[in-house]
Amino acid sequence: MAKRRNVELTVGTFVALGLVALFFLAMQVSNLSLSASSEGYLVQARFANVGSLKVRAPVTMAGVRIGRVESVRFDKQTYEAVVSMRIDAAVDSIPDDTFANIFTSGLLGEQYIGLEAGGSPESLRDGDEIVNTQSALVLEQMIGQFLFKKAGESG
Amino acid sequence: MLDPLVRLGRGVLDALERLGRGHLLLLAILLGLGEVLRRPRLLWEQLFNIGVLSLLIVGVSGLFVGMVLALQGYYVLSQFGAAESLGVMVAASLVRELGPVVTALLVAGRAGSALTAEIGLMKATEQLSGLEMMAVDPVRRILVPRFVGGVLSMPLLAAIFSAVGVLGGYFVGVGLLGVDEGAYWSQMQAKIDFDEDLVNGVIKSLAFGVVVTWIALFQGYDTVPTSEGVSRSTTRAVVHAALVVLGLDFVLTALMFGD
Repeated sequence: MAKRRNVELTVGTFVALGLVALFFLAMQVSNLSLSASSEGYLVQARFANVGSLKVRAPVTMAGVRIGRVESVRFDKQTYEAVVSMRIDAAVDSIPDDTFANIFTSGLLGEQYIGLEAGGSPESLRDGDEIVNTQSALVLEQMIGQFLFKKAGESG
Repeated sequence: MLDPLVRLGRGVLDALERLGRGHLLLLAILLGLGEVLRRPRLLWEQLFNIGVLSLLIVGVSGLFVGMVLALQGYYVLSQFGAAESLGVMVAASLVRELGPVVTALLVAGRAGSALTAEIGLMKATEQLSGLEMMAVDPVRRILVPRFVGGVLSMPLLAAIFSAVGVLGGYFVGVGLLGVDEGAYWSQMQAKIDFDEDLVNGVIKSLAFGVVVTWIALFQGYDTVPTSEGVSRSTTRAVVHAALVVLGLDFVLTALMFGD
């Protein structure tokens, strides 16, 4: 009888250990804990060029992450990219004339959206659109412009 | 003069016949799956034999694989100034590939061989025929609980392997090599996707669990009932399981991540 109990005990421990390991992987290793953030409000912004901005890229203000990019889609009427981002509910006082830029972390890093607060007393609400945007800096374009300028100077 | 051709033909036909018997056995096992619900105690015993007894080797291997991954990954990544991505590298390789595959290889060696030898010996000592004489279906009574035990144990063992490996990588990367602790975890959490990486890893290890236990059970059930036959079946179970796991891993990886 005692032997049967031991078998059951160790099997129970084994299954519990396996489930704990799965839970650990889900919460600590993968992004499940972050992707479950369905709270917060949605704000849209239009960019002429989003570069290689990805869904789930961070949205930062003063360098601190306050939200994530929810979707990036193409508007076929205006030929612009429409980026919708989910901002944390706690950050509810972003002025509605805020500037949205697409930055790159480091020279080769991931692209993210940086918000620079404006001065308007009105703040952004769910579904609002950020009007002031600046496109991603595309490295090839910058090098092209630089070379073009250099050629103009020397010639 | 035609002897070599005859031998080739006989070999191919034998292999095909064995393949067919294997699939018929799998079908019989799948049809008998309900037996597990009627006698859950048989399943606990097999979970103990396959899962619990493999825990030590899987845990220790996971720890060392994770630590070695951190050492080797750090060497390459630090050359690009990207040592902060060490966590992503360790976790992605463990969860996507090494966890399911190495666990399957370890289980094939540790538990699969034992299953084959046990069932082969049962057949050689005519215990299986004895069961049939008593109108007990040996497939349902002996094979089904072992099959279910193997299939259920595999993803749990693989998860333990990966989790212990990530912790091992943490000890070496953060403790020994001085990677930033926050970067190790946050980069990992940002880049490892639940559906894409974790769920696919679990699907992989479930598939490996089916294949490894199926091969082990079939080799035992189909053995030549002599001591030499059992020994050859045991070897074959491990070798076939390892080869099929590695081949299947390539197919699954191509289907899951290869777009």
